[in-house]
Amino acid sequence: MHQEFLMGNEAIAMGAIAAGVDLVCGYPGTPSTEVLETVAKHRPQGTYVEWSVNEKTAMEMAGGAAYAGARSMVTMKQMGLNVAADPLMCLSYIGVKGGMVVLVADDPGPISSQTEQDTRTFAAFSKVPVFDPSTPREAYEMVQEAFVFSEKYQTPVFLRSTTRVSHGYESIEVKDPDEYAIHEIEGFIKDSSRWVIFPRLANMNHRKIEARNATLTDTLSDYPGNRIYREEISPAYPAAFPSNQPDEPTSPPNPFTVRAVATGGFSFTYCMETRERIRREAGESFRLFKVSTPFPFPEKKALKFLEGLDEVLCIEELDPVIERALTYVCGKYGLKTKILGKLTGDMPSAGENSREIVQQAIEGFLEIPYSNQEPLDLPPLPVRPPVLCAGCPHRASFYAVKKAMQGKKTLYCGDIGCYTLGNAMPLDMVDTCLCMGAGLGIAQAISHVEPDTSCFAFVGDSTFFASAIPSVVNAVYNQAEMTLIVLDNSTTAMTGHQPHPGTGQTMMGEIVSKISIEKILHGIGLKTVETVDPLDHARAVETVRRVATEKGVKAIIFRSPCIALPAARAAAGKTGPMVVDPEKCIGCKRCIREIGCPALVLATSDKEPDEAGIGQNGPDEAGVVKAVSIKAAIDPAQCTGCSLCSQICPVKAIGKGGGHV
Amino acid sequence: MSKNIILCGVGGQGTVLASRLISAAAMTKGLPVMSAETIGMAQRGGSVFSHLRIGENVYSPMIALGEADLILAFEPAEAVRLLPYLKDSGRIVVSNRPIQPVTATLSGSSYDPQVMLDYLKAHVPYLTIVDIESATREVGSSKVVNLILLGAALADGALGFTQDEMRQAIIDKIPAKFHELNFKALDYYQNIGE
Repeated sequence: MHQEFLMGNEAIAMGAIAAGVDLVCGYPGTPSTEVLETVAKHRPQGTYVEWSVNEKTAMEMAGGAAYAGARSMVTMKQMGLNVAADPLMCLSYIGVKGGMVVLVADDPGPISSQTEQDTRTFAAFSKVPVFDPSTPREAYEMVQEAFVFSEKYQTPVFLRSTTRVSHGYESIEVKDPDEYAIHEIEGFIKDSSRWVIFPRLANMNHRKIEARNATLTDTLSDYPGNRIYREEISPAYPAAFPSNQPDEPTSPPNPFTVRAVATGGFSFTYCMETRERIRREAGESFRLFKVSTPFPFPEKKALKFLEGLDEVLCIEELDPVIERALTYVCGKYGLKTKILGKLTGDMPSAGENSREIVQQAIEGFLEIPYSNQEPLDLPPLPVRPPVLCAGCPHRASFYAVKKAMQGKKTLYCGDIGCYTLGNAMPLDMVDTCLCMGAGLGIAQAISHVEPDTSCFAFVGDSTFFASAIPSVVNAVYNQAEMTLIVLDNSTTAMTGHQPHPGTGQTMMGEIVSKISIEKILHGIGLKTVETVDPLDHARAVETVRRVATEKGVKAIIFRSPCIALPAARAAAGKTGPMVVDPEKCIGCKRCIREIGCPALVLATSDKEPDEAGIGQNGPDEAGVVKAVSIKAAIDPAQCTGCSLCSQICPVKAIGKGGGHV
Repeated sequence: MSKNIILCGVGGQGTVLASRLISAAAMTKGLPVMSAETIGMAQRGGSVFSHLRIGENVYSPMIALGEADLILAFEPAEAVRLLPYLKDSGRIVVSNRPIQPVTATLSGSSYDPQVMLDYLKAHVPYLTIVDIESATREVGSSKVVNLILLGAALADGALGFTQDEMRQAIIDKIPAKFHELNFKALDYYQNIGE
């Protein structure tokens, strides 16, 4: 064993490696991405790793490997589980031979997702057991337990993480390579009565998994991860807290004896902080039930926890899973304990928990005066919405389509990736965004019901491979009228630059033939497929104008590498930033107003308005007229020299700065 | 030793590396560390933070309001944004250089960093404002803002580590060819203070 400071996702990866994982597949998605990347980085000999084209394929691959007796893991974010739902639901019925862990990272908030769906609910729906760690250390242990559990019960097992567990860091003890688990892969044994899902087998296996899950509620009651934190409580009301009813002759009962808290996942860490804080002041604290396997729910453990309690407050994020399970247990065993949480309006129904939300809720529940800080009266703070990077080729692509289609009735369907940020002002080029690949379906549908609208679907290169191709086939075959814009920046940018089939490299480090987007589109039957560099503005606009008027389904591929890729960064370093010639700049602000590049700023001037020759704003609150330069300037620290601004400047005031600074 | 440290700034400023160096120094001393940070879409020019908790009896990597011993702010407005996390006895080390959001450029109204710095001066008894322009000029690189700020916190005794402990963290975590530059940045504030 040795100590390492690991991100939760790294801990999951190192735990899987310690469990002897043989195959890891996945599709990138925040907050899950680093799991697979870490496995690839520390890949032991004989372990296979790939970024699959999408979550469905990844799930099927993990299932296949486990059929053969290998240990497999598949990684994705919660939205990805929807894509992989089909194989997962069936794998639940068919089962596995080798251990199979389905790592899904949920995103309370949401911070970088379209929904706040809860994989614990999905676990109950799919009848697949779920482990729910609270910290990186626990995730490291649980993933290893999950493999053993999966093999023992021959079922895939979820390891459910959330953003703060996945992206939290902790110094933890990890195994050395000579401590890793070793196992033999038996290989796939043909047996059509086991591996071929027919209605009769499905019916039989449905009975089996229901029976298994019923016994697992007992088995998991003994799992140490499902734990009751309790202590000797004095019968009297804690002296450290002033009674709420000072005039009452008898002091109220000690709330710690009759009220307790149930929690799971990352909220456990908030509950423990509050529990210790109360203990510091009162010398004792509340009973706490930590649920680490929300499905199958550890009923017997729950019964022990509920003994003697009048009320339980459930603290969890996303769905009220623990709250529902405890309410069910109370009903099933005829307990009078009142279960409070999201369903009763005692906890927020959506969004992330926080130290403050949890502390306030628990202290309120226990009738302990909440030591609230006086809120500070902060000055107005700048709002910082995320923006496309300076030099991002997506900006040029959106701007080219915008200029080409000016004055026409258009629909711009966006998709999932950095380019969703094309919705921001001043570009304002994303009318819809739903889920991976959905823009193509929406665009072709509107072309059928609103024939006078020019419908565009924008899709990134990784999203194109992951989920757009069947929709292109659909559009072509069913005679849609639409323009497909592929924003090909040669990487999966949003999640941190993962390779995909168009990049020519794999996670095993091989250099392979790229799969051509042009050839795929031609193969499907598109007659017009044009490839343009979006940073060549005039040509890009001309191409859109021409292609958009053609009949049927046609495509433009805007190809220019993501500016955050090392090669593009190096090239930008050689080009150097652009500069504004203040003599030539007429202060029309066109560059700033039109493209919204973060490197373009307004130059400020201390000179008198007349002297600076650049106009002024009105007097400020103090009545002082300040000169405000309306000339553009470029922040050399951000500018990558993409030159889009220089191409739209009406007086050619922006030019190359000349070399590296 | 027990410390709650928040690092904050705007996506791309290098808060994560600074957080990593402090963690490495703590681990070398055998102290348990937990941290949490912003990853994902907010990194594209949004407000970013790292929470860092060093010491025993820590359950959550997230710091509660009023619990931070130190806020290392890479940007004046971001220091103010996270001020509610600071303890009454806590220290702020802040860069004086603003990063204007794109929205400000569009509407033609930039925010005034002086308002932020004045607010900090009025509300934070233990405040170090680092003139980052002259610091980076002196050190000779605009890429080591994180090490300059770290050095300032170190010199003020707010980090709880020695200069040598941080140097060791740099040696352990950063490629050798950058060591000299990073040492220079780390030592900058100490030297001007003398």
